[in-house]
Amino acid sequence: MMNSKSLYQEVILDHNRKPRNYGTLDNPSHHATGHNPLCGDRLDIALHMQDDQINHIAFHGESCAICKASASMMTAAVKGKTRADTEILIQEFRDMATGKLDPAQPNHLGRLTVFSGIRDLPTRVKCAILPWHTLHAALNALTSVSTETDDDPMQAASVND
Amino acid sequence: MVNVYASIIPEANAVFDVEKIRTDFPILDISVGDKPLVYLDNAASSQMPRQVMDQLIHYQTTQHANINRAVHYLSEVATMEYEKARRKVQQFVNAREDREIIFTSGTTDSINLVMHGYGRKFIKAGDEIILTTLEHHSNIVPWQMLAEEKGAIIRVVPINDAGELDIETYEKLFNERTKFVGLIHVSNALGTINPIKSLISFARQHDVPVLIDGAQAAPHMAIDVQDLDCDFYVFSAHKLCGPTGIGMLYGKSSLLETMQPFKGGGDMIASVTFEKTTYAAIPHKFEAGTPPIAGAIGFGAAIDYLNSIGIEHIAAYEHELLNYATHCMMEIKGAKIIGTAAHKTAVLSFTLDGIHPHDIGTILNEDGIAVRTGHHCAQPVMEHFKVPATSRASFAFYNTKSEVEALIAGIRNVQKVFL
Repeated sequence: MMNSKSLYQEVILDHNRKPRNYGTLDNPSHHATGHNPLCGDRLDIALHMQDDQINHIAFHGESCAICKASASMMTAAVKGKTRADTEILIQEFRDMATGKLDPAQPNHLGRLTVFSGIRDLPTRVKCAILPWHTLHAALNALTSVSTETDDDPMQAASVND
Repeated sequence: MVNVYASIIPEANAVFDVEKIRTDFPILDISVGDKPLVYLDNAASSQMPRQVMDQLIHYQTTQHANINRAVHYLSEVATMEYEKARRKVQQFVNAREDREIIFTSGTTDSINLVMHGYGRKFIKAGDEIILTTLEHHSNIVPWQMLAEEKGAIIRVVPINDAGELDIETYEKLFNERTKFVGLIHVSNALGTINPIKSLISFARQHDVPVLIDGAQAAPHMAIDVQDLDCDFYVFSAHKLCGPTGIGMLYGKSSLLETMQPFKGGGDMIASVTFEKTTYAAIPHKFEAGTPPIAGAIGFGAAIDYLNSIGIEHIAAYEHELLNYATHCMMEIKGAKIIGTAAHKTAVLSFTLDGIHPHDIGTILNEDGIAVRTGHHCAQPVMEHFKVPATSRASFAFYNTKSEVEALIAGIRNVQKVFL
């Protein structure tokens, strides 16, 4: 049995209360909207890329604490990173959330491993993944993604696999 | 409706021994982590008492065979038991005849049966179907599919901020193009008990058939389809202590006879040649293929179980639980009850300021408390209240006041986490 209180740790609660990079960007080079129709969550992510590097990133939307904290910590983690490094992080976060990556193994996730407990809460995995999912879509010029569609680039990461 | 029982609550208390009832439900003894289970998701699915499980085991160990077919002993016993279950359902809703009860896989299946069997045969382009904002998606989507196919129009009865239907608008929606009405008896998201008897009677004056979605009503109050005078009434067994995968459709025999079959196959025919097939009489016309025989027998056993307690005692006790939970919830700062209709079943939908329902659900789960969070398959209701989702505690007659207190303590704990 998981302990969800380990999920609602102070770092997550803090990012939920005071989300970093919360807001919008003027003239973003990439942006996407992510939906989780099962819970009504919605997240907009916009970023500026220059010389293959994420210079600025912002998000806003309506979501649960897990999703908002995940988005806040994600934006802090990928700011200044190259596209390739960001994609690695997206992959690792997804694998951690679905239990494929053991956070004890070498990885680039750093403090993001605070979300590792989500693997024990299958109905909440999508909450944590939605920002990453949306960032992936923005980087790949998909303007809108949903956690419940066939072309969902993260569908392979869903709890059903 | 529920307040009718207010006067008999003291008497109900005398005979209603919840601790004894709880011993019938083995699952209520489990722990979630190191916390005892507090199961408050009964509107999604109720738990099964040992008496129903025993009946299922008895059937499976001594009576099982396919029905309506062979002349051998087991087939005859199984057929008899299956038809006995049908008569239990018939008596439970006080239908005139047992052939007016069709076994289906559940409420959704029943509504789809009526949509295909009645709607696709009789609804035409330009016809209007009246539904309400309170409907579960299962009483919206089939009619939307029909409307799209036929070019029919769906008209929606709005609700007020207590979560009650706007009766005046309902009546104004009727015109010569109105050909069908679908009404939810009790809202799954809010617990509102709709005044369906008068709504049906109004539709009757316009000669429009009415389907009642009774999924959330049948487990909590006495149903009398003759007194209601509805044309169709539907519900599932698993919300009234029976198994999943079985439900019922009541239809007036005169209507069922004019309808086309929903599914084709074995058991629903009188004769088959490649030139022409003639269909069996009701109810068999609508029960193609081998039905969930054990499910039907479990359904019957669940009805026996509820009757042994008395549905009026169940209603009175649950009403008491609702009053207590509502009272406690109103004392929590930052908590808002969604759905405050004058007549409600024991459903408490709520929001907490600044806290998303999914976070509430996950943290309550840590305390062993099972509630439902989300839109409850009733997005139009959520839209009315301008919330994406709510948390919903839904009580059954085996819940206790101390479980209400556990919920309230759990909610205070959630607020503490997000302080």
